[in-house]
Amino acid sequence: MSKTDIIIHDEKDNVGVVVIEKITPEQDCSCWIMENDKSVSIQSKDEIPLGHKIAMADLNEGDTILKYGHDIGKVVKNIKKGEHVHVHNVKTKKW
Amino acid sequence: MEIPESFLGYKRENGRAGTRNHVIILPVDDISNACAEAVANNIKGTIALPHSYGRLQFGADLELHFRTMIGTGKNPNVAAVIVIGIEPKWTKRIVDAIATTGKPVEGFSIEGVGDIDTIAKVSKKAQEFSMWASEKQREECPMSDLWISVKCGESDTTSGLASNPTVGNLMDKLEPLGVHLCFGETSELTGAETVCEKRGKTPEAQAKFKKTWNDYNDFILKEATDDLSESQPTAGNIAGGLTTIEEKAFGNFQKIGGCQFIDVLEPAEEPTKGAGLYFMDTSSAAAECVTLQAAGGFNIHLFPTGQGNIIGNPIEPVIKLTANPLTAKTMSEHIDVDVSKILSREMNLSQAGDELIKSTLRVANGRLTCAEALGHKEFVMTKLYRSA
Repeated sequence: MSKTDIIIHDEKDNVGVVVIEKITPEQDCSCWIMENDKSVSIQSKDEIPLGHKIAMADLNEGDTILKYGHDIGKVVKNIKKGEHVHVHNVKTKKW
Repeated sequence: MEIPESFLGYKRENGRAGTRNHVIILPVDDISNACAEAVANNIKGTIALPHSYGRLQFGADLELHFRTMIGTGKNPNVAAVIVIGIEPKWTKRIVDAIATTGKPVEGFSIEGVGDIDTIAKVSKKAQEFSMWASEKQREECPMSDLWISVKCGESDTTSGLASNPTVGNLMDKLEPLGVHLCFGETSELTGAETVCEKRGKTPEAQAKFKKTWNDYNDFILKEATDDLSESQPTAGNIAGGLTTIEEKAFGNFQKIGGCQFIDVLEPAEEPTKGAGLYFMDTSSAAAECVTLQAAGGFNIHLFPTGQGNIIGNPIEPVIKLTANPLTAKTMSEHIDVDVSKILSREMNLSQAGDELIKSTLRVANGRLTCAEALGHKEFVMTKLYRSA
């Protein structure tokens, strides 16, 4: 088994979680989808630390972030595939 | 893995079993703390449970105070109880309720006597209780005598990926053995509330959950905190990669595995519908939540953490697990079970669940948790509103 850099909970998810100490810009990362045990790959655009999320697709303002197959918030600033997804570009829909 | 059928616990007069054998000195109110602590200092084998409240409370808030005091005394991890209050009436109410378990309990009040004579009198009784309890032996108890509560803290994305699902895996494996299980944290289900509601086993349980969550949400809106910024998620959560309360909630929710809850409990309420999973309406603050679950009668606690929460409880052993490899390394003295190999895929969820079951049984049998060895005894009352 090749080393896993990113884990994705659900096939529907548009973000993955970095599970190594950090990934660096333009790193070719291997991703594992827990739900169906499939593997995909992605090239990162940013440095992203352990536990933080990477965009698996281009996302536009107003789009919904899916993790665990569920809605976890909305995009407030356009995000490119491979970029860091966090409080600077995603907000809760609750408050 | 074949799951063992029993553990070594302390059988109590009312048929419950404890994983610990504490003699507690329980102050009814804040001003009785000094007396309780002096007694615990005098008499080895006893612990005082100081806290900040118990005066001029009223209504539901006072009832919760009593429920927490009484439940703490009734918990099977407690062999015997001394209750000390400033006035006799509230002290007696707590003593009488704890006495229904059949365990030794005695109350004292300070008014008209003063601290020094009270300390002398109480110390004699505490010595008697401590020496009596010291002869109690562990005996074989069925797994169904385990009442396991769960709560996560200082969560990050590794909690939702691995340590919370590990707890869920344990629940899936132990629920069929007749274990009582409890999760709480009303606020941290925000975003996952409708998904959680559907996990109620009956329409009544679902409706009760919905009402509990709605009441909490109304309270948040009423208190004009239109946003829980920096509390939900916390700065620690955000540093760990959690972006929104919804993301935190779905991670939190992994702790119950595939189980359904059979009832919704008030804070510190003892379950009465038999074995299975219960939801308790609690704060998501770690010490408050565990204190309420212990008062509900739970005798062992599982606490997944991401960034490294360090909580313990005076009567309910708190087992901490993490899947964050950095936390496992930098805070190793706080981590009982390291499941970070799930992230590197050197361990699967079922293997991690088995490891957690083994560790849970070792602690149930008497092994000290990291929090116990380090002296963590957080006993924190939940206060519903200000006193009169």
